[in-house]
Amino acid sequence: MEQSVTVFSSFSVQDLSFLGEAALRTLWISFLSITIGSVLGGFFGWALYEMKVWGAIFLNPILDVFRSVPLIVQLVLFYNFAPIVGLNLDAFESGLVVLTLYTSALVANVARGGIEAVGKPMRITSRSLGMSYLQDMRYVVFPIGARAIFPSWVGVALGVMKDSALVSVLGYVELVKASQVLITRTQEPLLIILVVGAFYFALSYPVSRYSAKLEKRWSQ
Amino acid sequence: MFEYNFHWRPVFKSLPDLLEASITTLQVASLAMLLGIVIGFILAVSRLRGNGSVYWIATAWVELARNTPALFQLFFFGFGLGALGIHFSPYAIVLAGLTFNTAGYLGENFRGGFEAIPPTQLRAARSLGMNSWQAYTRILIPQVIRIVYYPMTNQFVWVVLMSSLGMLVGYRELTGETQFFASKTYRIFEYFAVTAVIYYVMVKIILGLSKFCASRFFRY
Amino acid sequence: MISIDGLHKYFDNLHVLQGIDLEVQKGEVLSVIGASGSGKSTFLYCINGIEPVQQGSVLVDGIDVHAKTTDLNKLRQRLGMVFQQWNSFPHLTAIQNVALAPQIVKKMSKSEAIEVAARQLEHVGLGDKFNVFPNALSGGQQQRLAIARALAMDPQYMLFDEATSALDPELVGEVLDTMRILAEEGMTMICVTHEMGFARDVSDRVAYFHEGIVEEIGSPEQIFNEPQSEQTKKFLAKVR
Ligand SMILES: Nc1ncnc2c1ncn2[C@@H]1O[C@H](COP(=O)(O)OP(=O)(O)OP(=O)(O)O)[C@@H](O)[C@H]1O
Ligand SMILES: [Mg+2]
Repeated sequence: MEQSVTVFSSFSVQDLSFLGEAALRTLWISFLSITIGSVLGGFFGWALYEMKVWGAIFLNPILDVFRSVPLIVQLVLFYNFAPIVGLNLDAFESGLVVLTLYTSALVANVARGGIEAVGKPMRITSRSLGMSYLQDMRYVVFPIGARAIFPSWVGVALGVMKDSALVSVLGYVELVKASQVLITRTQEPLLIILVVGAFYFALSYPVSRYSAKLEKRWSQ
Repeated sequence: MFEYNFHWRPVFKSLPDLLEASITTLQVASLAMLLGIVIGFILAVSRLRGNGSVYWIATAWVELARNTPALFQLFFFGFGLGALGIHFSPYAIVLAGLTFNTAGYLGENFRGGFEAIPPTQLRAARSLGMNSWQAYTRILIPQVIRIVYYPMTNQFVWVVLMSSLGMLVGYRELTGETQFFASKTYRIFEYFAVTAVIYYVMVKIILGLSKFCASRFFRY
Repeated sequence: MISIDGLHKYFDNLHVLQGIDLEVQKGEVLSVIGASGSGKSTFLYCINGIEPVQQGSVLVDGIDVHAKTTDLNKLRQRLGMVFQQWNSFPHLTAIQNVALAPQIVKKMSKSEAIEVAARQLEHVGLGDKFNVFPNALSGGQQQRLAIARALAMDPQYMLFDEATSALDPELVGEVLDTMRILAEEGMTMICVTHEMGFARDVSDRVAYFHEGIVEEIGSPEQIFNEPQSEQTKKFLAKVR
């Protein structure tokens, strides 16, 4: 990609579309990992809640790894580990795997908190009304829990969106990587950095404001 | 499938260097945290009590720190300011980036902490003849510290993990040092695996210490 | 003596106090009754300078509360205040709650402050709770703790703002008893209250507040048995 662009000395329209494509890649990898990671994390959270002992012994320490090792180290480690076990993954695929697991580890904690927030007494009530375990989960735990954890989940999702910038270390040309390429070529670092910052901000700020508003409304 | 030959010896030979680099990591993280606490406190008070430009500057700081990637913030202090002729050393870039980010997050945490305290507490303190300084230092802040203690611990863990971005701006904290050795010896996987373990242990120690201190400090 | 002269207070356009004239003598107990929103709390806040006023004056022992030159922190040491919400400081034990202000405001030594605090806790019947944190105290106990905390500053006057109305009914008695003891000891008190029994038995005078003015003031017998104003009659008929 770097070769296919002719050498310009200043920032041009083409560069803008180059950044735009990169922004789409940022969105794409974020979207995939947040979606898959949330489903996986919801499952892990449920497992942590239901299987207290096994969860504490096996699942939690593993999830802890994703929460206690810098994402950048996780990325480099997995990217170099995959070929060892015979997997041929490119930067995007490696990044996606790591980001997804990373998301799921963060969501697992949040999800368990949500199930706990619904509380035993309420669940006993619903079970005593004759609901089955699944009905209880579907009609009581999920709606109430989801509401309780929604703001934290939004926080995690926005965090992953921002952290996806790190996949650039594997050579995946997402937004931050693209900006570096352009900076080297155009020598206009401030302009480009501000454009990139504005992109993230424009995405993250409204969402976080909206979620804070919802949180306030729901807590009343 | 396992045609890969693991070579751990070089890693163990440079283990002392890695451990020394982890001290560097802890140092830069601690300093950033300390500065972040002071600035975060000022940001919180500015947003709660300030008006006009003080309020807006504090709000802009908090929102920018929370809604753009940390990597972007580091690059801003690196290339971005470089464009204006302000050149930071790698250490200063990391310190400035981490401090900016942490102050923003803590600023929001502290604000939540102050808002969680009933306004009548301040009233009661003032009615006893305490001046505003005494009311803050003796009544409000101790309660805020209690409220934000665990979020603050998590924030510190986050700073430690985030300092790994130093690698991308040429600062040799733990991840940067690892990268240095890894690229010299081509044992990338081995080096990063050991580094991951070091981070894991560091984080566990921080969390353990924090729990221990909490049990000593907070008796209510 | 507290003397209030032509006091007006606005919250923006809301005229909350519309010209209050009152004198409270040393040793007197004044109860203030009135409907919600009539300005009773605001009145107390103006006396100890928590709220600024727009017109008129409040003199406490001859010191103008709202003069720019008045050191409010010093003045407030003369005026103990107890609020509706029991505001114990949750991070301090009972004795620390009481000892803190004497120590840092009055600059007593630590041992002196502890001594004063211990005496006041005994005084309000919390002699066995010195090292307990407020979250382990009942509402009534916390409110008595708040009284002890105010008394530890050795105030000349005590202002009570509905000290019992946030309490469970069975806890009201213990707090009223504590206030009664204070009155008998000769403390000068202004008590905003919804407890008509307390107002009748303990106070020397009762003031009925209506929409920001003192509608009627007099002895408890006069106010409760022969109210003059129509408003007072209506109010008393409602609360009885
Ligand atoms: N800080 C404030 N800002 C604006 N208006 C206020 C404020 N405090 C009180 N008010 C208004 O002033 C009026 C008098 O309030 P105040 O609290 O003094 O009444 P009160 O007699 O103590 O009532 P209650 O019995 O409910 O405590 C009310 O209409 C109230 O809404
Ligand atoms: Mg009131």
